[in-house]
Formats: sequence, structure tokens, C-alpha cells
Amino acid sequence: MRDWSQQQRNRQARLDRAAAHTSGKVVAAQDIGALLEAVIEPGDRVCLEGNNQKQADFLAKALAALDPARAHDLHMVQSVLALPEHIDVFERGVASKLDFSFSGPQAGRLAKLVSANRIAVGAIHTYLELFGRYFIDLTPRVSLVCAQAADRDGNLFTGPNTEDTPVIVEATAFKSGIVIAQVNEIVDKLPRVDIPGGWVDFVVQSPKPHYIEPLFTRDPAQISEIQVLMAMMAIKGIYAPYEVQSLNHGIGFDTAAIELILPTYADSLGLKGKICGNWALNPHPALIPAIEAGFVESVHSFGSELGMEAYIRARPDVFFTGPDGSMRSNRAMCQAAGHYACDMFIGSTLQVDLYGNSSTATLGRIAGFGGAPNMGSDARGRRHASTAWLKAGREAREGRMAKGRIMPRGQKLVVQMVETFREHMAPAFVEKLDAWELAETANMDLPPVMIYGEDVTHILTEEGIANLLLCRNDEEREQAIRGVAGYTPVGLARDKRLVENLRDRGVIQRPEDLGVDKRLATRDLLAARSMKDLVRASGGLYDPPKRFRNW
Amino acid sequence: MEKLTYEFQGGTFSRPKNEAKLVGVVGSGNLEVLIEPADLQGRCVVEVLTAARGFGAIWQAVIADFFARYPLADARVSINDVGATPAVVSLRLDQAAEDFLGDAQ
Repeated sequence: MRDWSQQQRNRQARLDRAAAHTSGKVVAAQDIGALLEAVIEPGDRVCLEGNNQKQADFLAKALAALDPARAHDLHMVQSVLALPEHIDVFERGVASKLDFSFSGPQAGRLAKLVSANRIAVGAIHTYLELFGRYFIDLTPRVSLVCAQAADRDGNLFTGPNTEDTPVIVEATAFKSGIVIAQVNEIVDKLPRVDIPGGWVDFVVQSPKPHYIEPLFTRDPAQISEIQVLMAMMAIKGIYAPYEVQSLNHGIGFDTAAIELILPTYADSLGLKGKICGNWALNPHPALIPAIEAGFVESVHSFGSELGMEAYIRARPDVFFTGPDGSMRSNRAMCQAAGHYACDMFIGSTLQVDLYGNSSTATLGRIAGFGGAPNMGSDARGRRHASTAWLKAGREAREGRMAKGRIMPRGQKLVVQMVETFREHMAPAFVEKLDAWELAETANMDLPPVMIYGEDVTHILTEEGIANLLLCRNDEEREQAIRGVAGYTPVGLARDKRLVENLRDRGVIQRPEDLGVDKRLATRDLLAARSMKDLVRASGGLYDPPKRFRNW
Repeated sequence: MEKLTYEFQGGTFSRPKNEAKLVGVVGSGNLEVLIEPADLQGRCVVEVLTAARGFGAIWQAVIADFFARYPLADARVSINDVGATPAVVSLRLDQAAEDFLGDAQ
């Protein structure tokens, strides 16, 4: 008869081997290597918690230091490759296969090891897609996670940076896997329990607190006047006419500029209460002035942001907080919220082609996607209506079929915001994305496209807004894109007559068509022009990380 | 440095008063724009002094589009460029022209 409990028995064998190195659930820091060797078996699928913010850095180091004669051929599944150790495990021969989502800081090293056949990449995912696979065909045998504090029963307090921990632990613990958590401190009583101890096998106090990257902090002093101009166009040309209430902003100065002119420009247009009420967003410091001005009703977050703790604690009506007062973030929940419950995603990109495909891939770097493809795609399963969603859907369908024969449905607004030239006069608009060549050199199944053209509804540059919903064929779409591509070769090759025709139809809108007064496009329009202004706007509650303290 | 000069005829917007407008500051990726009234028999003359060589075709297009938006007459436009993008050049030119024309527009 078949043994239906092999995984459970295998789990017990691992726990038995581990018993020599632990006292109850608590493991001493110096025993971590021995514990990992006891519980990890060759070929294991191992999930190492690391995102673009919180890092299980102590466990990453311990894993990378294992003897490859004993721990080898591991299949790493993890959100982000951020630390050198995330690549070291492959270089040292501990791991050989990788499924991941984002690799920003290690993108160059990753590309080198892939082309040297030292890493076999299964696939590059979006966060939600990778989390989904943890429950289907990429369930971890061992997960190495990260929390703020633990008690001796293994209960975890993740604090404001809960991020990916719940989804990783759930997938592992309920499929007979092993969960090991590094924590900053082991205490008698936790402020709150974010992960129940029954789901956690071992806790280890790391010698140093885990690393957190202040990834979403943008110094307003670095916002340019072009970014102010584009922010004005976004508000007047998209936020206002669609009455965008629920949204996600990508990371970067372009969207920080929008956040910082809500209390000035958007307010002067009478838009308070009409736009930007409900957010799926990390606690961007740049949003403080808009929150203080009463624009923002609620913010749910993927993760937290360093320095925002006291401010968040003082604004529980806006942020999701626990009974202890600190924020609760959750990347899986917030990704789901951003996908299904938001009317708009707006973010920056590096390259856009003539079909509107948008990519951040560059040669020699395998950077991955993170959450952008989930935020920046139409939620085909969405069924609840809103003004913005219905209007976008209407624009996409109008005139396509005889009235009465079209099934009405909405569409998510997906806006790509980009200056026509990037640094060093590199054009943002191209005939062919670098992603094609990257796919060839890195042996990928597909070019790594962040947002597919069919999901992009608007392209916003300093020259204008192209509303792709209103394009009726490929030629119109191409000319609408060329028509906002400025003086790039793609822009200069436009058919001027067709572009003027698209402008007459409102498919392309210039700043002057939108009634945007360019004389206002100066940094004076920003509600905060420096980090110090942000601190002041927060009533002294925001405490920026040292590297952002320039006063 | 490269010096480029462009001339346009048939402009209709002019400003009789003898006052110049200086917009923008010199800095990395930035530029100065000066527009002043001048007796040029109705022409508009644009002089560009740029730190970046080899972008003549883009300057030509940027300046021509500017003149299409603001057909200035009897005006001298001086641009001192320190590697600004066309986006910055166009914005500064438009801001300068709006200021230059003021209520005369």
C-alpha cells in the first residue's frame, strides 16, 4: 500500500536530526550552520525570505557558507535577489536552480552566472505569481524567514515590515516543510502575534538586526521641473477626467512629483475628495503632505518604509495598524488589492516600443519584474464597477460594434510615465526593446516585458498624453505613441498629418490642450521641496534615515 | 562648444517694450534662455550655444516646433545649453515666451 505521509515522515526525520542543535525552538546563532545542515537535504526547494526591503540576511549568510559536499543542488525560490549572498549560494555550488521575481541590485552578477550555466533559471515571475506557485508546484521544503521578534514558542512579531513572511510560512508549514526564522530579539511577550508559533519550527536571534532598505524614499530636492510638468499633465489629463479614487503609484521621482502636487495643484483644481482617496502603496514619505491636506483616506502597504514608523502610528485612520500601534503590511494581500481593487496603476519605465510594450530590461542585467506586472495589468476577473473603470472600458469599446451588441465592461487604467530621453540622451522610445536581445543571450522563453502593450492605456511624456484606449487599429496606436515620443528617432519619424488628426480626436493631448499652464511647472509647485519640508509636514513625526538627512 | 543659429520669418507675436527675459539657471542638465526684442525686420533669430556637439538635427526640430507654438517677430532668442534634454529646452523656451509676451499675447 502506498505511504501517504512520506512528507510528514521526512519532516520528522529532519526535526530529529536537528534536535541535537536546539533547545526547544530556540537555536543559538553559532549553531545555525549545524541546524541548516541537519534540516536541509540535497535537491531541496528552499525559500529564502528577502524582498527589496526586509532581508533574512543572517540566514542568507549561513546558507551561503554551507559545505557544498553536504548541501547541494538546492532549488532557490525567493522574491528578490538583493544581497551578495543570494548569488554566492550559486557560485559556491550550494544551489543550482532559481525561481524568482526581482533581482535589481544583483542583476548584473545574475546575468553572468546564467550565461556561464551556473544558474538554471526556472522562470522570472511577478510576486503574486511566485507566491501562487508556492502553493501549487514550487512549495518549499525549507523556508528561511525574517521577523522583528519571537517568543520561545516560536510566535513571530514581524512589525511594520511583515511583507512576504505570512505567505512563505503558510505554504511551507502546511505542507510538512520546515520553517526557520531569524529575529532581532527573543522576548517573553510579543507586542502582537503576526505568525502563530505552531507554524514555526525554529527561531534564531541574529547577531545584528536584519537589514531594511529605505527603497521608497525620494528626496523632493531632486525632482525636476519636467517631472512637475508631467505630474500636472497626469492630474489634469488622467486623474481628474477619470475621477481616479483607488490607485497604486510605482516607485520613482515621476510619481513622487504627483504625490507632492496633490495639496497644491490638484487642490487648486478642486479635486480634493474626488481623486486619490484609497491607495495600495508603501508609506511613501512623499505622500505625507497629501495625507496632511486631507486628500488620502486609506493606505494599505506591501511593506513599510524606514523612518515612517512614528508617523504611521499617529495616523491609524489612514494606515493599517495592529493593536500595538505599529503598521501591518502584507505583500501578497497588497498585490491582490493593487490588482483587483485599484482603478489605476501609474509608473515609470525605461523603454517603450511602437506597440506600447514597456520594459525595464537592459542588456547584461536580468532584473526581473517585482510587482509591476500585477499592478500594471487589467484585472480580467474584476467585476465591481467604478467611474474610472467604466469610463476606460467605454473608451476602449466605443464605435467598435453596433450599439447594443457590445457587452459593457470596464478596464483598468495603466499609465506609463516617461521622459522621452533618459540620461545621456538615451531614447525611451525604441523600435525594438532591448528585452528581445536579452531573451536571446540569456536563453529565456520570452522577452522580459514588464507591461504588455495591450494593458497600457496611456503613455505620458513631457510632450503629451497618448490615450491608447481610443486607438482603433495598429497604425493609430503606433502614431499615437510616436506622437508623444518627442525628438527621439521614433518621435521624429511620426506621420505629422496623422498625429494632428489624433490630436483633433483627443487621442493625443498636449499640455496646452489640457489647459496646463507651463509657467506653473516649477519646483515651487511642490508641497515639499526637501527632506526637511517632509519632516516639517509630518509635524516632526517622520524620521528620515541618516543618508537622507542633508541639513 | 558648438554655436547654432536658426532664423524664422512670418512671426506675428511681438513685444514692443525693451525688456529681456532670463529664465532658468545654468547647471548640469540645465540651460539659460534669454528672449529680447530686437529690430530684425520681423524675423526671429535663435542662437544656441551648446556644450554637446552633434545634436544639430534635434535642435533644428526643437526650435522649429517652438516657433510653430510661439511665432515670435522681431525677437532674439539666446540659448546657453549645458547638456539639457529637449524636454527641458522646450519647457524653458515656452516658459520664457509666455513671460516675454505676457499680456501682449
